[in-house]
Amino acid sequence: MKILVCISKTPDTTAKIAFTDNNTKFNEAGVQFIINPYDEWYALVRALELKETLGATVHLVTVGGADTEPIIRKALALGGDEAFRINTDSQDSFYIATQIAEHARKQGYDLIFTGKETIDYNGAAIGGMVAELLEMPYVSIAAKFELSGTEATINREIEGGEEIVKVALPVVVSCQKGMAEQRIPGMRGIMAARTKPLAVVEPVAAEALTTVTSFELPPAKAGVKLISPDNVAELVKLLHDEAKVI
Amino acid sequence: MSVLIFADQAHGKVKKVAFEAIQYGAKVAQQLGVSATALVLGAADNAELEALGSYGATKVLHVADARLNEVEGSVFTKIIAAAVEQEGAQLIVFPHNFDGKAVAPRVAARLKAGFVSGAISLPDTSNGFVVKKSVFSGKAFANVNITSDKKVIAVMPNTFALEPTAAKATVAAFSPAVNDADFKVKVSSTETVSGEIPLTEAEIVVSGGRGLKGPENWGLVEDLAKALGAATACSRPVADTGWRPHHEHVGQTGLTVRPNLYIAIGISGAIQHLAGVNGSKVIVVINKDPEAPFFKAADYGIVGDAFEVVPKLTAAIQELK
Repeated sequence: MKILVCISKTPDTTAKIAFTDNNTKFNEAGVQFIINPYDEWYALVRALELKETLGATVHLVTVGGADTEPIIRKALALGGDEAFRINTDSQDSFYIATQIAEHARKQGYDLIFTGKETIDYNGAAIGGMVAELLEMPYVSIAAKFELSGTEATINREIEGGEEIVKVALPVVVSCQKGMAEQRIPGMRGIMAARTKPLAVVEPVAAEALTTVTSFELPPAKAGVKLISPDNVAELVKLLHDEAKVI
Repeated sequence: MSVLIFADQAHGKVKKVAFEAIQYGAKVAQQLGVSATALVLGAADNAELEALGSYGATKVLHVADARLNEVEGSVFTKIIAAAVEQEGAQLIVFPHNFDGKAVAPRVAARLKAGFVSGAISLPDTSNGFVVKKSVFSGKAFANVNITSDKKVIAVMPNTFALEPTAAKATVAAFSPAVNDADFKVKVSSTETVSGEIPLTEAEIVVSGGRGLKGPENWGLVEDLAKALGAATACSRPVADTGWRPHHEHVGQTGLTVRPNLYIAIGISGAIQHLAGVNGSKVIVVINKDPEAPFFKAADYGIVGDAFEVVPKLTAAIQELK
């Protein structure tokens, strides 16, 4: 079995969000970058568990410049077998999905995992787009994934609950909490990752269909209005008359 | 030319998030001087479909095929693409909910349409086709220009207040070819909490954290929610320790909610929790720790013991109603 895990570089969850160049670029100064948590904690770790229990080769792919290599090495340290970096700026979701689909078409995978979304662009688009480009089924926002032969049983989140679906491989799955538990790479994994193959692949011709023209920060909150715990009636009055939400 | 809106339904009822998407699509249609058509897949009765006119759809295309009662992404994509072709649609609007996330990216890739998910503004067409979306987990916004001829927008739930009218839509049957063999993903069972307000659609959310000490005290949250007609939610530690089911967990790794009013009880307000709630219009924080970071993100706050404050608040709200 051959599994592809799509990984993306994102700012750390606690990073300060600010912009430069007239609000057109994310300010990377002092920001620590990590593997997008959904890609790492859920997609990658579940793929590694399947490798350990059923036997599989786990490939990693990311679309980005050489600055993404530290996060690729970390994913290799966690247990990925081989990595591919598609050497181009990650433009919009269609552009990225086209690159990943092209790579997947050449390699042929039984299973493609992505995170449910990145924590920076929050697009939630890549998995579905890759599936469509490869004409594969897609199960989004999966909280559990079990495999029996070539049939997968997947719990997918829906409004106020879960749906359990069955699908034959190959399939694209976007992963969220519940799939697996976060792992910390061991010293052995870190050493091994240094010599694992990381191929740099040139992009295929594709066009971006959207461009970010500018970023904005939300208006600052006016500050909290504190109400005495002995005067909850005042809070009710404010919510009713001032905020008009009840 | 037209705007086509995917109107997501469950058990024959079109969802509130779909009303929001229809209203959004109808407003864009008006902006562009074209018509708005809603597309409903699966069994639904005629009155339900006609009523979509009240959100601005002039026409409703209905595929009355019970195999479509549950979403199968690739089948839905084929049907939507056929409807886009028939209607000459240039913009396809989805709700950015679970089903929207399963289908919209596929449709965008199939049509080679630029895709913006989580849209929180109508497009600005003065210089291109620019839509504002939430990024960095609610900590910023991006203005995104869609440069392709066809466009797909997924509308962030609970962002646009509904303004229903008395208008009715014309319902037209739509019957594209769908083969049994096209259904690759099969639903084997569904577990949902029935009779409650879906958290992602709720206008008021009451949420509890570790400050409640244990599952036996959850009644405090439920009573307040009941008085307000609100949905209940929880922080990550509460879901992780199993007091409450995972589908009530809001935050970075859980659900994102954008209610009009979010009341946080005994939640400190870690940055990961804020990422799931910072789109809420008004935030009330009740916490006995005055240093709790949540107060910085709140509009109203009470520094006090939840076990004393919340029952008083519940009583005060019951009195108001």
